[in-house]
Amino acid sequence: MKQSLRATLKRGSTAGVATAGAAALLLTGCGAAPEAGTGTNTASDYTACIVSDSGGFDDQSFNQSSYDGLKKAEKDLGITVKSAESKANSDYETNLNGMMSAGCKLTVTVGYLLGDATKKAAADNTDKHFAIIDFAYPAPIANVKPVIYDTAQAAYLAGYAAAATSKTGKVGTFGGAKIPTVTIFMDGFYDGVQAYNAAKGKKVQVVGWDKASQNGSFTGDFEKQDTGKQVTKNLLDQGADIILPVAGPVGKGAGAALKEAKAAGKDVKLIWVDSDGYLTAPEYKDLMFTSIVKKMDEAVEGLVKDDKDGKFSNEAFVGTLENGGVAIAPFHDFDSAVSAETKSELDALKADIISGKLKVESKASPKK
Amino acid sequence: MTTKDSNPPVDPDKETVEEVQAADVALDTAGGTLEPSLVPVSTQSGDTGHPQGSVLRRIVMGNGFVSLLAVFVALVLGGILIASTDPAVARTAGYFFARPSDFLSALWSAMTRSYVALFQGSVFNPRQGFSPLLETMTVATPLICAGLGVALAFRAGLFNIGAQGQIIISATLGAYAGFAWHLPLVLHLLVVIVMGVIGGAAWGAVVGLLKARTGAHEVIVTIMLNYVALFLLDFLLNTEAFRRPGDVSPISPRLDESAVYPQLIPGSRLHLGFLVAVALTAGVWWLLNRSTIGFEFRAVGANPAAARTAGVNVQTATILVMAMAGALAGFGGIAQVAGTEKVLTGGVAAQIGFDSITVALLGRSTPWGTFFAGLLFGAFRAGAVQMQIQTGTPIDIVLVVQSLIVLFIAAPPLIRSIFGLNPGRKKRAKAAAKAAVATGGAK
Repeated sequence: MKQSLRATLKRGSTAGVATAGAAALLLTGCGAAPEAGTGTNTASDYTACIVSDSGGFDDQSFNQSSYDGLKKAEKDLGITVKSAESKANSDYETNLNGMMSAGCKLTVTVGYLLGDATKKAAADNTDKHFAIIDFAYPAPIANVKPVIYDTAQAAYLAGYAAAATSKTGKVGTFGGAKIPTVTIFMDGFYDGVQAYNAAKGKKVQVVGWDKASQNGSFTGDFEKQDTGKQVTKNLLDQGADIILPVAGPVGKGAGAALKEAKAAGKDVKLIWVDSDGYLTAPEYKDLMFTSIVKKMDEAVEGLVKDDKDGKFSNEAFVGTLENGGVAIAPFHDFDSAVSAETKSELDALKADIISGKLKVESKASPKK
Repeated sequence: MTTKDSNPPVDPDKETVEEVQAADVALDTAGGTLEPSLVPVSTQSGDTGHPQGSVLRRIVMGNGFVSLLAVFVALVLGGILIASTDPAVARTAGYFFARPSDFLSALWSAMTRSYVALFQGSVFNPRQGFSPLLETMTVATPLICAGLGVALAFRAGLFNIGAQGQIIISATLGAYAGFAWHLPLVLHLLVVIVMGVIGGAAWGAVVGLLKARTGAHEVIVTIMLNYVALFLLDFLLNTEAFRRPGDVSPISPRLDESAVYPQLIPGSRLHLGFLVAVALTAGVWWLLNRSTIGFEFRAVGANPAAARTAGVNVQTATILVMAMAGALAGFGGIAQVAGTEKVLTGGVAAQIGFDSITVALLGRSTPWGTFFAGLLFGAFRAGAVQMQIQTGTPIDIVLVVQSLIVLFIAAPPLIRSIFGLNPGRKKRAKAAAKAAVATGGAK
């Protein structure tokens, strides 16, 4: 019985696969062959490479933005691009070694976890250039350019705008993990809310983060959207009506929770991070109040171009409001929800931060 | 179950199978006096004194041809998967009927390039000689150590899912001793190892203790302890004691030079930990096959009630085997922090604890089987890097292909049925089964 069953199964599946394959070929295989000798573009011999941390290039966060920048450089500058995704911490060194033997002129590494591996590769390959995103060494290394962001500046503006717009007098935030590149958002946001309170004599509260004690809500990783949804529901239950998730793709969990709340008649809003969520997470665009943007793609493309033109420097690039490395995205659909007064105050605050009159500080801020 | 596949569908043999199953049930329940074990004897690897063990062994060891076929099937199937993600293949498929040769050559080159890259990344490549092989050995070291721990527990009838937690705890303690204390050269490394191994052993012993004293099931306990260890590490990495001075990222300082395994070959990452893994493999082999304790472990694994009747202290054996399993996984944790990575981060254990379960099963829970299965896994992990960089195959597809290869290697009966090899084995299987029934399952 068993064997005949197996035989049937075997025959059946072979036939099925054959049919499906033939059908697929019939459906797709009818195009015309290209002329011989066309379609080979003359790629430059300049090779730029990127090594992700364990988040991978689909993390909707810094790995992805940096990768996008490199892809843009590939298209615009006609360079060759190689990428390696790391699955575990022990992959960093081997991935970097692989890149070295693949002839990379400039290698971009993403995140503090790659700090040690990048340092070692840079010391072993002094003729090659490196850039590391979101991390800076205490002492600069001659062939490594750190790319870091003073995200607190943009988060400050978002916090101020959120406080001015909140109807419940409470705004919420949570992070993916308690690491500096996350808490810097939360610190800036917190300070922005406090600035609004001081200016207007209001008492808008931040739930999910306390700057003084550096404690708050975290989901524990950058993967489980469901946890993000739970945490967001918690924050909503505590009365917050504007939520800032700082957790990459887990932000989508927050979006899902807010969507449910909105369907239940609540007036809730979402603040996205890293990229303009109105464009990158369009399923939640009707919730998207604003976004705290880190323009890593532009930075990576720019530094590839510089390096290709022989203008590499190891001086840290610090993304600020001044150089446009960080920014808050337009309010899009909520433009009318923000008063003209608030908008002019935001412009003034931005000018003050740029001029240095107002200093936004966080424990996680890049040290200059 | 393995025997089902070597079993012809005619009636006389069917009876024999039922007898074998009945013998299994009898073994499981000690003749009906116990509740059936959650780990049936027939699924336990290693020599249970039951004829299935030897059939199993013949299938694995006896037939190199089947293994070759397994690899072949896996390579073809994996190659098709790789080709299906290859842009050149997709493009040429678009005009398949206009010029099929383009499609076929694209298909062939996509498949071969990937496997050449896999080989070059894990064994030998013309530019670097055999240094990829050294990388393979480096990656395999923690897998072997943790795999031995899992295999040892399997042999005593315990599903040790806790290697992950045991690795994390040992890595945490070992790393702390490595960066916080500053001791003389040889002593420092020894202290790191001892700290880590004690940590792993304690984490394992807790499981054994709970199982022996309260009857708590080891699977749920180990899984939960994995979480405890993981989040404990996350918490610790956010405290001053475990962070680099002046840095707020959750990453520990580097271990002192005196606290890490010395490099075996300059220019590679291969470290002394690999030799430790070899020694551990030999040690576990000796323990299981030559020592009284090992015999008791196996007896407990085969049938706890019978072992108790024969005078084995099952509780002590359970606690001891889990402590030893934890200690072996602890060596894996030390190989990570004191060998490969030299720092402690939240991802220090990666997926090693879970991969080690596969490694142990693939190695049929024998020490040397585990050793070579670990090497195979290490080769895959090391080769994946080159496969990804050289061919642009997405890493996820690389891992899918590798898992397929393991699947086929681990399931020879599957290959037998694909190639219709089963009928040729009828006679021998029948003879073995009959002999087994005649001797009442004893060897």
